[in-house]
Amino acid sequence: MAERIELQKNDRLSVCLRSTFLQGSWNYERMQNGGWVFAMIPAIKRLYTTKEEQSAALKRHLEFFNTHPYVASPILGVTLALEEDRANGAPVEDSAIQGVKVGMMGPLAGVGDPVFWFTVRPILGALGASLAMSGNILGPILFFVLWNVIRFAFMWYTQEFGYRVGMEITKDLSGGLLKKVTKVASILGMFVLGALVERWVSINFVPVVSKVQLSEGAYIDWDNITGDAAGIKTALSQYAGGYSLEPEKVTTLQNNLDSLIPGFVPLLLTLLCMRLLKKNVSAIAIILGLFVIGIVGHVIGLL
Amino acid sequence: MSGISIVLVVIVAFLAGMEGILDEFQFHQPLVACTLIGLVTGQAVPCIILGGTLQMIALGWANIGAAVAPDAALASVASAIILVSGGQGTAGVDTAIAVAVPLAVAGLFLTMIVRTISVAIVHQMDAAAEKANFGAIQMWQLIAIALQGCRIAIPAAALCVIPAQIVQNFLNSMPEWLTSGMSVGGGMVVAVGYAMVINMMATAEVWPFFAIGFCLAAISDLTLISLGAIALAFAFIYLRLSENAAAASAAGAGSGDPLGDILDDYE
Repeated sequence: MAERIELQKNDRLSVCLRSTFLQGSWNYERMQNGGWVFAMIPAIKRLYTTKEEQSAALKRHLEFFNTHPYVASPILGVTLALEEDRANGAPVEDSAIQGVKVGMMGPLAGVGDPVFWFTVRPILGALGASLAMSGNILGPILFFVLWNVIRFAFMWYTQEFGYRVGMEITKDLSGGLLKKVTKVASILGMFVLGALVERWVSINFVPVVSKVQLSEGAYIDWDNITGDAAGIKTALSQYAGGYSLEPEKVTTLQNNLDSLIPGFVPLLLTLLCMRLLKKNVSAIAIILGLFVIGIVGHVIGLL
Repeated sequence: MSGISIVLVVIVAFLAGMEGILDEFQFHQPLVACTLIGLVTGQAVPCIILGGTLQMIALGWANIGAAVAPDAALASVASAIILVSGGQGTAGVDTAIAVAVPLAVAGLFLTMIVRTISVAIVHQMDAAAEKANFGAIQMWQLIAIALQGCRIAIPAAALCVIPAQIVQNFLNSMPEWLTSGMSVGGGMVVAVGYAMVINMMATAEVWPFFAIGFCLAAISDLTLISLGAIALAFAFIYLRLSENAAAASAAGAGSGDPLGDILDDYE
């Protein structure tokens, strides 16, 4: 019997690097098929030598494919294992390979979207953005480096994992480790989202609710403050002692709302957006609507 | 802008356009794209601030399935260029953001056009596969990616050559009520992104963690990193406890209610 043709580590690394371009020719007909075959080319070249076999393999991998771009890696791993068996004479049908691809892409996309797009990216993005908003370049650097380290490590190790376990992978993924990862990610994500809604959604109601004349001695009596260093010292020590700067206490609508729960209105707004999205109102329409509300609210002096 | 800056800006725009579809390195995220444009035009600080602010708005924008999110690539590249040529520095950030959002929608249509062109490209791949022509398939794949790059690079180049004076006049002509109102709106728009994310993730099981995060965030001494650490701690505690509960009930050692077991056994 002829020696078994095996994919070398180089081939697998090359497939992994090429899968970076998975979505490059994303199209409305077969979605990620072009990127998929582009990634598979080093393996096909290694495994098949005749033109007929190569052509058949290329066509086999130009079929419809669409998933989350990073979780395509374990699917690539399994497919590599199957193709290797097939090239060595195992009876692996076209339909088996197609079945594995289609069978895995749905459930795995269901893992990849919440974990990467809705947990890791918002968290790293918010972390980087909160630094960047004060003009700190560490923000973008942190985001870019951490993201790409996580991404590439994930792609390479899951592809190798898929390659090793071949067909077994679908069974393993349905329970066990990945389920735990998804759960931890969703808890982490929801917690941080709660924090983000409080911190970064900003609505400020400016209307003044009340103006109260403060009693003598509750505010800094500017008339009796001298203009020299001693006067500044007196004023500062009075301010630190809880004296008000103005003789009137101005309470805006926002102050009242904040004393209930800080960030209460942003929370309501977020819940409203969720409801609208669930009713299939497009995100774009909501965004434009909020800008209109912002402008109108500002003009009438409410916001 | 100098000639070299323009070339570099177009290169950054090309990368952002490619990434808008690939979604791998994240060059299209405002945080990265605006910063790069700031660096190559020598206006790093305002652009970093713009990037951070836009990033907050765009946190929940994601390509899912066949759906495309508002186009972060065009929004961040174009608004950064406008910020730079407007010459208002950090003060221009609010206006730049107001310009960015309609651009994100416009970018969406450009993406759809390229995705439609790509249908023809994969048909070329089919023909190449028939002849086992590896080179042709790879070439078409790269052409498709390059098209996505041009989708952003061409508008960026056009924006660069518009004289700064025109951009400035346009920005100055925007009335106060419009720009301030837009920035008020910008503060609220962030909620849409979060709402999209929460809709994806929320289950009855994880809602309590949202509430904890929301309340703790009011303590402004806690940075996002420490909030993250608290969140991880909660997640692991929860996981361990629910595993223990599952193990206990799987072992069949009673109803999971120790007091109840004692009472049942008591005679």
